[in-house]
Amino acid sequence: MSILTRTEGYGPTAAPDSRGVRERPMSRLVAFVIMGAFTLYFLVPIWWLAVASTKSRGQFASTAGLWFADFHLWDNLTYLFTYDGGVYLRWLGNAVIYAGVGALLGTLLASMCGYALGKYVFRGRNLLFNVILGGVLVPVTALALPLFLIFSAVDLTNTYWSVFLPSLVSPFGVYLARIYAAASVPDELLEAARLDGSGEVRTFFTVSVRLMAPALVTIFLFQFVTIWNNFFLPLVMLSDEKLYPVTLGLYAWNSQTNAVPELRTAVIVGAFVAIVPLILAFLGLQRFWRGGLAAGGVKA
Amino acid sequence: MSTQTTATGRDPGATGQPPGRSRRRTRHAGALTVLVVPFFVLFTLFYLVPIGYAVFRSFRTVEREGTFGPATEVFGGLTQYEQVFASEAFWASLGRVLLFGVVQVPVMLGLALVLALLIDSPLVRGKRFYRLAFFAPYAVPGVIAAIMWGFLYSPSLSPFTAVTSSVPLLGGGLVLWAIANVVTWVYAGYNMLIIYSALQAIPGEIYEAARIDGAGQLRIAWSVKIPLVVPALVLTGVFSIIGTLQLLTEPQVFRSFTTSVSSTFTPNLVVYTTSTVPNFNLAAAFSVVLALLTFVLSFVFLRLTQRKAFQ
Repeated sequence: MSILTRTEGYGPTAAPDSRGVRERPMSRLVAFVIMGAFTLYFLVPIWWLAVASTKSRGQFASTAGLWFADFHLWDNLTYLFTYDGGVYLRWLGNAVIYAGVGALLGTLLASMCGYALGKYVFRGRNLLFNVILGGVLVPVTALALPLFLIFSAVDLTNTYWSVFLPSLVSPFGVYLARIYAAASVPDELLEAARLDGSGEVRTFFTVSVRLMAPALVTIFLFQFVTIWNNFFLPLVMLSDEKLYPVTLGLYAWNSQTNAVPELRTAVIVGAFVAIVPLILAFLGLQRFWRGGLAAGGVKA
Repeated sequence: MSTQTTATGRDPGATGQPPGRSRRRTRHAGALTVLVVPFFVLFTLFYLVPIGYAVFRSFRTVEREGTFGPATEVFGGLTQYEQVFASEAFWASLGRVLLFGVVQVPVMLGLALVLALLIDSPLVRGKRFYRLAFFAPYAVPGVIAAIMWGFLYSPSLSPFTAVTSSVPLLGGGLVLWAIANVVTWVYAGYNMLIIYSALQAIPGEIYEAARIDGAGQLRIAWSVKIPLVVPALVLTGVFSIIGTLQLLTEPQVFRSFTTSVSSTFTPNLVVYTTSTVPNFNLAAAFSVVLALLTFVLSFVFLRLTQRKAFQ
């Protein structure tokens, strides 16, 4: 966890380039070729998607895939957002509710629980922590069918709740909040707050939460991605198209392209529109989540 | 997990002291309830109860009086599990993902390790750019990554038709490896960053010592860096193995691009297909067996790698 607290030091200047003065040019060249090749491997598919979403339906198949033809992005976007009564916008909104609101509430719950585990001694604390830690190793796909059985027992499948509520639970968030609270919230500070007459819960929300802010951002981002990427749960839970998150909607459209070929344009533009905000968010917030990755690496 | 010994030490409740003896503990009981209970209630409802209920359902079976009589659910003992062990499709799908994992996990982690070592070495400039470029695919959800690669593999729509029109990437022989490429594409950069973070935590003095001894970059990477990032490799290895056994999204999406992906291609697809029949009791039994196998396999992997690491 000491790594987590050192994230501020990361950056392009952190690695001294002066070390490399004595390296042979040949080694540098080989390294450059390898890095270049893999940059292409990782970025060309995204580039292709960006280019493809600017093409008209006819030119999509008939022009070279990796370069632009006539610029049809606006027409394509109009088509995407008006197809089937504008259902795509609804899917985007659903995804923001499931992942955005879900991750926000989930982060709050996980940090409260992790904080209590990290800063207080109470009966059964270790047992509680070990049970939650076991939850970290349970993949979300393994839970989808059991959750479906539970929700159908109470007749709540095919509702917002059936996808939203299970997504609130992030055992990894509790784990991260616990190690971060133990390391970054000093006991003396809590003692001082007590002398000032502040209640424990109020101290958490006014003092401790600020000290834990970097961990909270990390928990939020990773829970957001987990919910955004979860495919199996909405697939088994939802039958009403209006409740779909955007990934399930694109999947449904893509399954119909053999019967309705013009949907292909909507699938491609829709895929592009869905990943742009995520990539931008990751690039913009990277100094936060990289610390979380480092903390995750301490787990083993 | 062993890093979790905080200053607060042992749980006093475990030492047999009467509860409520310490004034401090009693005073915070209300606050602790507010902080812990909301999460724990949801955790119980959406983790523990479903797992318990799935196990319960896996022991149930449907009985009918005659062919068209009313169906009643009764305790069926191991009836469902007998069906699981007799299901050729399930075991074939398990063999498929094991073969997938044996090839894809080492390739992906090897690639992640090499890229992390290169970014960490003084041989490469523009580290920040490469880090972001390699990580970008992680921001692409599995469904969208699979749709994208589905088009890139397609014989007629791909920008690489020279390759895809002559090599049937979506045919029965290659489609498993086409899926392996999608998974590698999404997760290699993520794993690279975990390994890279571990590399960054190595104190610089260690390299100085190796340099004074005359070691080159390759030698330093092999003898100093790799042994020190073994814990990060073990961690990424466990999560990759779990991910492989749970494979679902990519093959399910590929079913609309090719007929070579059957409805029982991976164990989770077997679960899904069985649940759409619907035969929930059998699907629950498949889930339970798959979860147990996942647990056993990650445990064996941890034991093997830890023995190696400490020899």
